[in-house]
Parts: sequence; structure tokens; C-alpha cells
Amino acid sequence: MDLFGDYTLRLVAVGSAILGATSGALGSFAYLRRQSLLGDAVSHAALPGIVLAFMLTGSKVPLVLMLGAGLAGWVGTLVVRLIVSRSRVPYDSALGIILAVFFGFGLVLLTLIQRRADAAQAGLESFLFGQAASLLKRDVVAMACLGVVALALLLLLWKEFKLLSFDPDFGASLGLPVRRLDGLLTLLLVVAIIIGLQTVGVVLMSAMIVAPGAAARQWSRRLAPMVLIAALIGVFSGVSGSVFSSTIPRMPTGPTIVLVLSLIVMISIFLAPHRGLLWRSLRLGGLRSAPDLDPVLMHLYALSHQHPDDPEHGHSVSVIRTMSPANAKVDAALERLADRGLARQTADGGWAPTAIGRREAQRILEREAGEGG
Amino acid sequence: MNEGKNGWALEVEDLTVAYADQPVLWDIDLKVPQGVKMAIIGPNGAGKSTLVKAAMGLVKPVAGEVRIFGRARERAEGAIAYVPQRATLSWDFPTDVIDVVTMGTYGRLGWFRRCGAAEREDAHTALDKVGMTEFARRPIAELSGGQQQRVLLARALVQDAPIYILDEPFQGVDAPTEGAIIEVLDGLAGRGKTIVVVHHDLQTIPEYFDAVLLLNVRAIDSGPVGEVFTEENLRLTFGGRVGVLAAAGAGEV
Repeated sequence: MDLFGDYTLRLVAVGSAILGATSGALGSFAYLRRQSLLGDAVSHAALPGIVLAFMLTGSKVPLVLMLGAGLAGWVGTLVVRLIVSRSRVPYDSALGIILAVFFGFGLVLLTLIQRRADAAQAGLESFLFGQAASLLKRDVVAMACLGVVALALLLLLWKEFKLLSFDPDFGASLGLPVRRLDGLLTLLLVVAIIIGLQTVGVVLMSAMIVAPGAAARQWSRRLAPMVLIAALIGVFSGVSGSVFSSTIPRMPTGPTIVLVLSLIVMISIFLAPHRGLLWRSLRLGGLRSAPDLDPVLMHLYALSHQHPDDPEHGHSVSVIRTMSPANAKVDAALERLADRGLARQTADGGWAPTAIGRREAQRILEREAGEGG
Repeated sequence: MNEGKNGWALEVEDLTVAYADQPVLWDIDLKVPQGVKMAIIGPNGAGKSTLVKAAMGLVKPVAGEVRIFGRARERAEGAIAYVPQRATLSWDFPTDVIDVVTMGTYGRLGWFRRCGAAEREDAHTALDKVGMTEFARRPIAELSGGQQQRVLLARALVQDAPIYILDEPFQGVDAPTEGAIIEVLDGLAGRGKTIVVVHHDLQTIPEYFDAVLLLNVRAIDSGPVGEVFTEENLRLTFGGRVGVLAAAGAGEV
């Protein structure tokens, strides 16, 4: 079967790949900045923009509709900012409000224009869940141009965006205009979203933003690999989703892409090394048996009071062992305390707290007293 | 200590900051002489972090002025190296130790430019000073609290700024780290750097610092530890809650 010989399928696959790469890369930053819900709100908020753009221009040219979607999404983020800065409504609630209000307004507009006698509006409702088959060459070209600009800006401002995502206060202390950078990164996210609206639709678009980043984080320990893996996951889901949906009759492309993506996310969450659930459940068993240092240090400290004139007098391990519960790993704890400079082994084989260790013990006592009072 | 207008590393004048109409700092005046090690102490909610953030322009004041070496704060970019509170950062961020330390060079690198060999060299030197050389490629998610704090200090060292502001650097760190941080700060002060530390352990004030600001929304008093770190001032700052502990610390002065 010559899948990629099919012109429409080729177009859809290329479009989905562009969509996957941009939303994967930019979505990684949204994920790291804990702004996953922002993508959801922006994509839902885009609906009234699409319908209004059509009502004002009478045109269904994708670029016009994309512009409307982008403007509405952008206005949505501005209103969220306004709500958060002017009222006591928390950020996530403000996002929820904007999502519901804008999306509801979009549905009302959609219903209104569907009552019109002429059939010019037909097809607008496909923006709800996307309709990849309706992609034309000019649409894919527009998507590619937007995608290239967005990704180029991301690369150009890489270190600034990284700092903004990790430690914005420190960035501001260096003199970076963090508010403007924050606005720009959000704008790029809006661009990634409108690239995908025609293929995936406003309802499922947030999955394309959040899921590749969430999956990629599981497999990577640094930012550049994470963003690259997220983009690749996006491309892979986009292309394979398009191919699957074309081989199965009446299978919609957007939801298929999202299903492929969900599968990748689930596999990543369970199986990834270091961060995967499977790995961690194996590792946690090991962690639980780590020695508890504080009680052993406190015993040493208490023992050192028996020799007020020589606090570094050594005490035998067996004494400390009798003071501790039967299952306590006293020897391991002593070794670790020595590693951290809190205790040391004396010439006669006993153990004593160091000056630092005695002060640390004193501090633990004070902290416990403070919590008690 | 230098006197006169140009002897002050940091001057805060009539500073008032409010969140949602509630004043968190009220009419603060503060002068920090160059080369001094100053602690800012006060109870929870006294506005300690807000004060240092306002000094750097991270928080917008309702009123007041901040001057750095006699010039308006806006014109003194790069004069302050900042070590934020460790707990406010997301340590699950996908990056490694050396990358975080290199962030200290971003200010002098400027827009669009990438880090080169010189920046990485600086970062390794700073990492060495805090005893973390062997952790350079370690993901930050795998660090202990003390190691996290050392990394943040190394990042500030890379900036090589005349003023260092640290927010609660000893919070939840192990004793060796506390010793290492103090050693680094003493070294900086020895080279004429000005150090301001938001601090919570009253006992160590006389040992670690030579000046102190007692803060509780208002500036209760500030000056050399020997003069202003008194029981009376502590009572004014902490109210009835200052216990035997604080009295003991103050008594040793």
C-alpha cells in the first residue's frame, strides 16, 4: 500500500507534523511553567475569534480565521492577567472562567450563524474537533511559516526563556524584562495553538500542548533534549495519527492523533527510567531502608554530656545500639554522619560528635522545642 | 567604614510596599555601608524578603527610593548578585548543576548570545569555591537542600557583583554547608563586597554578621551588631515571642 503517494494524506501528514513539532516544543515550556491549563483556556477562547472573523469578513480563508482565533486567544490571556492582578481570584480560577465564558460565547455565535439561510457558514463547526481532510496546500504553507517563525524565536531567546521558566526573580535581578518575555512566550504558545486548530480543533488542542512535554520530561534530564523529544513525539503522533485515520474509514484525524499521543504519555509515565512509576516503585523500596541520621546524632550528643570536659570522648557502638530501636541501622548512620562531618570515629574505635555535629544536634533540639511550643 | 554619600553601597529611603492595600513595609529607611555583612531579622511576615526584592526592583513599591552606590537603582544594573530563597524554586526543572551556575553569566552575556568557554570556566571556578566541583553534571532534582543552596551561591559568585543579597541561605541546610557559605561570605566581605542576608537564627548573628537591621513592617533599628542587637530592640521587633534563646544570643554581645 502506497500510503504517502496519496496527495491529501501527504498534505495532512505534513500539516500534522508541523503542528506536532511546534506544539511539542512550545508546550514543553508551558508544562515546565505549570501553565498547562493556559493552553486549554487559550484554545477554547479561540472559538469565538474564528466565528467572529468569519462573520466580519464572510471569508473562510484559513489565514483570516487563524488571525481571529489568535486575537481571541491573546485577548483571553490578557483578561486572565487583568483578573489576577485586579482581583483576588486565583490564576487557575481565572483561566477556568475565561475558558468557559469565551467557549460558551463561541458556541452561541456558532449556533446563531447556523440559522442563517445561506450555507456559507457550513464547516465552521469542524473547528470544534478539527477536520484534517479539509487542509489545503495554502493552509499547510501558512502553518509552516508560523511554525518556523515561532520555533526560530524560541531558539533565539533560548537562554532567556530557560531562565524565565526556572527562576524569573533571578532573571529580573539580572535586568531581564521578565514581564515582556513572559508575554512573548505566551504569544508563541498562542501561535502554536492556532497552527493546530484546523487539524485537531479547539477542544482537543490542549492535549497537543501538554502531552508531548509531559511525556518528554520523563525521558530527559536537561531542557534541550526534553524540548527536542517533545517536538519529535509531536511529529510522530501527528504523522502516525494521520496515517491510522486514513487507513480506517470514517476515523477522524485529530482525535486519532490525540489517542496516539495519550498512549505515548501513558507508556512514558509508567516505563521511563528514573522518573517512571515502575522504576520509582522499585527504587522507593531501597530508599525506605536508608538509615535515619537524626536519632543517632541525638544519642551521640546526649552521650557527650557525660563528659562535659571532653565532648569528643568516644562512645562504643554497642551503647548507641542499645539506645536505638532494634531495626535501626546504627553503623550505616554513623558512617553517613562521618561523611557529613557531624561525627567521627575516635582512636579507641568509639564514636563522638564533632563540634559541628553538637551544634546541629543543639539546633534539632531547638527546632523540636519550637514546634512543641 | 566609608562615610558620605558615596560610602553607602545601598540606600533605601521612605520605602513603602503594599499587597492588596495591606502595607508589608512601612516607610523604611536603611543605609548599608560598603563592605559590611548585614543581617535582616524579624518575625514571619515582617517583610524581610519583600525588602530585598524591592531593593532589586522585583517588587514595585508604593513609594520610596532605592539607590545603589549613590545612583538610582535602575541605572545600577549588574550591581547586585541575588540568591533567592531555595524553596521558591522548582528543583524538578530539567537541568544540571553547571547549567544553573552558568545562568550567573547571562547578565553580562546580553541578548541572543550563547555561553562560551569563558563562561563555563567561570562557572567551574565558582562551583569549586562552594565545594561542588564533582556535582557539575548532576541533575538538580537529585541535590540535597544544602547542595541546592551551594549551587545558588555559586551562581551568584559568577556574577562577581559588588553587592550580594541572600534570602534565607541557611534555611534547612546541613551544618557543613552553613560553614561553607559563611566562609565564602567572609571571603567576599574581605574583598570589599557588601553582603545583605535575610536571616532567621538569632543565635548566630554576633558570630556571622557585623551589622543588623531589625525589621517588623517598620525598620525598628539598624546599625553595628554591638550597638543595635539588644534585648530591648529584639523585644520591639519580635514582641513577646522572643524567648530565652534570643536573649541568650543578644546577651553575648
